[in-house]
Order: sequence, then structure tokens, then C-alpha cells
Amino acid sequence: MIAWLQNLNALTGGLFLLVTFGLVAVRQTQGCVRLFVALSVLLGVSAFFLSAIYQTWHLIVIGVVDIVTKAIVIPWLLHRSLHDEVITRREVTQVLNIPTALLIALALAIVAYLLSQPLLAVGGGAAIGVNLPIGLAGVLIGGLTAAVRREAVPLFLGLLAMENSAFFAGIGIAPEMPLIAEISIAFDVLILVLVVSVLTRTVHEHIGTTEVGALTVLREDPTR
Amino acid sequence: MNLILVPALPLAAALVSVLPLGRRVAPTVTVLAGSAALVLAVLDALHVVADHSLVAIAGWVELDGFAALLLLLNAFLGFTAALYSWGYMAAHEADAGRMRSYFAHFNLFVFSLVLVPVLGQPAFVWIAIEFTSLFSVLLVAFDNTRSALEAAWKYIALMFMGAAIALLGFFVLFWAQQAAGGGHYSWSGLRVVAPQMPLVLVFAAFLLILVGLGTKVGFVPMHTWLPDAHSQAPAPVCALLSGIKTTNSLYVVLRLAALLPIASVLPWLRVVGLISVGVAAFLLLQVRDYKRLFAYSTVEHMGIVCVGAGVGGPGGMLGAMAQIVSHSVTKSFCFYAAGATLLAVGTREIASVRGLIRTSPVAGAALLFGALAIGGAPPFAVFLSEFSIFRAGLEQGQFLVTALLVALITVAFFGILMHVNRMVFGAPPDSGSAERHALPTTCLVALIIAAIPVLVLGVYQPVSLHALLSLAASNLAPSPAP
Repeated sequence: MIAWLQNLNALTGGLFLLVTFGLVAVRQTQGCVRLFVALSVLLGVSAFFLSAIYQTWHLIVIGVVDIVTKAIVIPWLLHRSLHDEVITRREVTQVLNIPTALLIALALAIVAYLLSQPLLAVGGGAAIGVNLPIGLAGVLIGGLTAAVRREAVPLFLGLLAMENSAFFAGIGIAPEMPLIAEISIAFDVLILVLVVSVLTRTVHEHIGTTEVGALTVLREDPTR
Repeated sequence: MNLILVPALPLAAALVSVLPLGRRVAPTVTVLAGSAALVLAVLDALHVVADHSLVAIAGWVELDGFAALLLLLNAFLGFTAALYSWGYMAAHEADAGRMRSYFAHFNLFVFSLVLVPVLGQPAFVWIAIEFTSLFSVLLVAFDNTRSALEAAWKYIALMFMGAAIALLGFFVLFWAQQAAGGGHYSWSGLRVVAPQMPLVLVFAAFLLILVGLGTKVGFVPMHTWLPDAHSQAPAPVCALLSGIKTTNSLYVVLRLAALLPIASVLPWLRVVGLISVGVAAFLLLQVRDYKRLFAYSTVEHMGIVCVGAGVGGPGGMLGAMAQIVSHSVTKSFCFYAAGATLLAVGTREIASVRGLIRTSPVAGAALLFGALAIGGAPPFAVFLSEFSIFRAGLEQGQFLVTALLVALITVAFFGILMHVNRMVFGAPPDSGSAERHALPTTCLVALIIAAIPVLVLGVYQPVSLHALLSLAASNLAPSPAP
């Protein structure tokens, strides 16, 4: 039974990694939001599998809180608080072209796998071998997404993917983490979404674009 | 009970500030809450000096020496910044709604700042540090100009990127503690099991948190957001951002370092510190905006604290603690002086300010005083703390590190003085197009209060403060080699 669950968890992990790659590659803002929802659902599903493997009810609560906040409330908040134009935007410019970005993402995934080997040698729960490397890879790839995106919402979703990935590793390596801490972290992410929505709206109102990558006034430029 | 009131007061003030009760209510309540919180923080710190710890809720809300020191600084800066905000915002902002919004955010920001030292559990400290970023973003963007919004975007993006990496670090730390037999996931619980924790896990946690929270501290090369955010926010917010928010993140990094064996962690602190001091010292030379000047100086000082902790020995850690105190009080003064200058001349550009001492003697004198103090001239507080770090470096046989540090601090000193000298002296330009304001009384009072520790700590260290610094240093003594 446990081995079976571990295989299912590994499958979830594989899909999770695939979706983070998708975040780097998808051009439309709407598509990025959908991928983020998928990422959050996969995180929740992995938490459910791990709760059975580790025999702890904590992770069920975490999975439910995660799915409710990140797969339902956050997309709803983004749609509600942002201008339609922002969400339906199809991004054309990116700092790097997509094949290059995907290659870098692949390299980051391999680096994450290598980096987590010495940690895995310490041992621990059964699912660590899946969740730690994939979580670490997700953190790096999420950071890459945020770095190559110029549009506000996809950039921000890259950041949220980093946080999701940190959690993906966290449920594997620290399943007994105090529950109240993890719920507070979800709450914190909700505040973050609110703040970023306000900020994006202000940028849209005052500058007329949400291409935050184009904001480059503040530089130590001697020719200015 | 006292201890819980310290964060509760600004939170209550934030709630009151939102209510539409008239222009004066929000600033008055903010200053009252700030002063009450400061009094309580002083009482708590004295209690910690006497008893070595203060526990409100065991394992959740408690103070040791280092936390008490930080709480004291947070409360002091929270108070002076509240006082300064009163006059500064009244001069800057006509709209009552925006005024209320400023004070509501300001109080939430102070609430999150005092929460960091008060909480005893790393997971909650992560959340508190996250709050310090979230509640200050809209303050950075407060002016709604193109550059302020750009700064706010960079700020939130890098803050959250750092937070996600640090979050992974805190999970790994928890894993390390479980592997060592568990116990309470608090700073004190971690120190108990520190020698048994698998080194590779603690080290991985330390590196993740060094990168993640190092972004918030402003370590080079993760410092790029710092001069932007710290120059675009209103002056009192800059004082809090530069003076204490960076230090709050450094507090966690140093706590983590204390869990590792000396031999493996001190070189990291020295290298990270020296890189930050070096890069910042040279970036200081080419700034064009005087608020950015002080922002780069923050990067430099965070590096100095790190080098101080990294030279090791009781003297090094004590020097680092003294440097944290002197930097916080001096940097907040510098930003108040920069705010006074902005009110007097209406521009942030160094090149367009000349003869400030004649057009606005108070702003000119304050700016010069601040520049000398933050640069490390005697007889100010920074001079004394930097000197104790040099001495500790020589005592520990770290000659190369100490020599580099002295050289780089000298470069930074001349960099700061070169710019400020051009602004303060010379013939004033006759262009009168920019918006000018007289310095409001509360700003002047805040400047004077902020100047007191800058001067006094340079010549005299009260016995109780010295006891608190020693206690803080002993809380952070890294565990000996396993």
C-alpha cells in the first residue's frame, strides 16, 4: 500500500515539475494563471498522499488549506482586483526566448537534483527523495520565471511558484512542522496577493502599462 | 504582558488611523503608541539585563539578550520615525485620506518590525519578516511616481524571491532538528540540540537563509533593490527600512550562524561581509541622489556587522552588536536629515544642491553631522563600534581582513563626505523653481532625539547597555567544533 502511494506521489512530483516548466514557456497571462492553479492542486494532492505515507493528519489540513487559498481564492482575487486587460494579455516580449529559458530551466532542475543528494544521505521520511529535489528545482525554476518575465502577473506567478515549491519540499522534509505556522504562511501569501494587486493596479493607472520589465528609470547611469 | 503590548500598541494605532476622525488624530495616536511602545521596550530590556531572559508565552513570545537589543532599537526608531512622520507628512500631503492611509501602513509596518524579535519560533519569525516587507511596499510606492512604483515592484519581487528561498531554509532547519531528536522549534530549543544536528542539514539551512534573507539584508550581489526602495520612500520610512528592517533580517542570519560550528561559519560571514563593504564603498562614489548615498551606506554597514561577527571571539561579536546599535541610530538620523534637506531644496539630486548651510542651516548642519557620524568620524557612535571591530580583528589574528575593512571604510568615508561637502558648502544656486518647505517642529524634535544616542554612545556606554550588548553577544557565540 505504502509503496503504491509512494509511486503515486512520485507521479504527482513529476507532474509538478512539468507544470513549473510550463510556467516558463507559456506566453498568455491567462495560461500562466491556469498553470499556477494546476501547480497548487498538485501540491495539495502530494500533501494528501504524504499524509497517508507518514500517517499524520496535519498534511490533510495543509493540503485543504493550500487548495482553497491558492487554487480558488488567489485566482479569484487576481481576476477580481485586476483590470480585464491585464489578465487577458498575451505577452509577446520576454527577456530570453522560450527555448533558451527552457534549456536553463532544465539545467536548473539537474543542479537541484545534484544539490539535494548530500542532504538525502542524512535520511528521513520515505518521500524525501521525491519532494526535496523537485521542490528545490521548482524554487530555482520559479526564480527563473520571475527573472525572464516582463509582465506583472506572470512575473508574480513565478514568485508564487517558488513559494509553492518550497512548500512541496517542506511537506516532504518537515511533515511535523507546527500546523499553525503553515496556515499562517498561507495567510501571509494571501496578503501578498492583495498587496501586489493594489500595486499592479496603481502601476496600470499611473503608467498605463503592466509591463514592469520596462520600468528602468532607477539606474546609476552616468549618461543620464 | 508588557512584551505582548509592545506589538499590540502599533497594531491598535493602525486600526485607529484608518478611522476618519480628523487630520490630527492619526499622527497623534501613532506618536502616542510609539512612545508607549518605547517605554515598554526599555522596561523589557532592563528586565532582560537583570534576568537574562523574559518569557511572556514560553516558546512563543520571549526575549533573550539579542532579541531585547533588537526590540529596543525597533521601538526607538519606531518612535522617532512616528514623530518625524507627523510634521513631514503634514508638509508633504494635503489629502486627508492619503494621510490616514500613510499612518495606517506606517503603524502596520512598525507592528511587523517589533514582531520579529518578540517571536521565539523561526517559522513565525519568517512570517513577521515577510510582513515587514508586505506592509512597507505600499509605503515605498506612496508617492505614486514612475520611479517610486518601479522601486516598489523591484522591492516586492526580490523580497518575495528571498522569502521563498528562506522558507525552504526554515523547512530544512526543522528537518535538522527532527533528525537530532526533535524538541521545541524555537531559537532556544534549536540551541539545545545544535551540537547533535546533522551538519550538512544545518549548513544547507544556513546557506538558504543566508541567500534568502541576505536579499532582505542587502548583501551584495542581492542588493540591487535596496538603493531604489530606500531612496523612493518618504524619509521616515527610509529611516525604518535602512535603519532597522535590514537589521531584523540580519538578526535571523546571525541566529542561524550561531547554530553552526565556528570553523565552518565564520569564513562565510567574513567573505559575505567584505564583499558587501567593498562593493558598496565604491558604488557610494558615483551616486547622484543623496538618499541613494545613505542607502548604499546601509549595504556597507550590514557588511561591517557581518565582518565583525565573522572575525570571531567575544570581542568580534560584541563589536558587531555595538555596530548594529550605532548603525541603526545613526542611519535613522541620516535619513531624517535627508528628509529635512528634501523639504528645504525640493530635489534629491546631489548636483543641484549647493550651499545648503546658508539656505537652510538646520538641514545643512544635520546633513553634515549625519555624514560625519555614519562615515565613522570620532567622536560618534559608529567610530567607537567600528574601532572595537578592528581591535577584535587584530586580537583574533585576522590581519588581512582587518586591513581590508579599514581601507574600504576609509573609501566609504571619503565617498560620503565628498558628496555631502559639495551639498553643504559653496555658494547657493539662485534657482527658486523647486518646491520648498520650512522644517516642521516635530521633524526638528525627532532630529534632536535621534541625535542624542549618536553622540552619547560615541563617548559613553551606559552600564546597562553594555550588559545588554555582552548578553546579546553571548547568546550568539557559535557552538564550538563538534
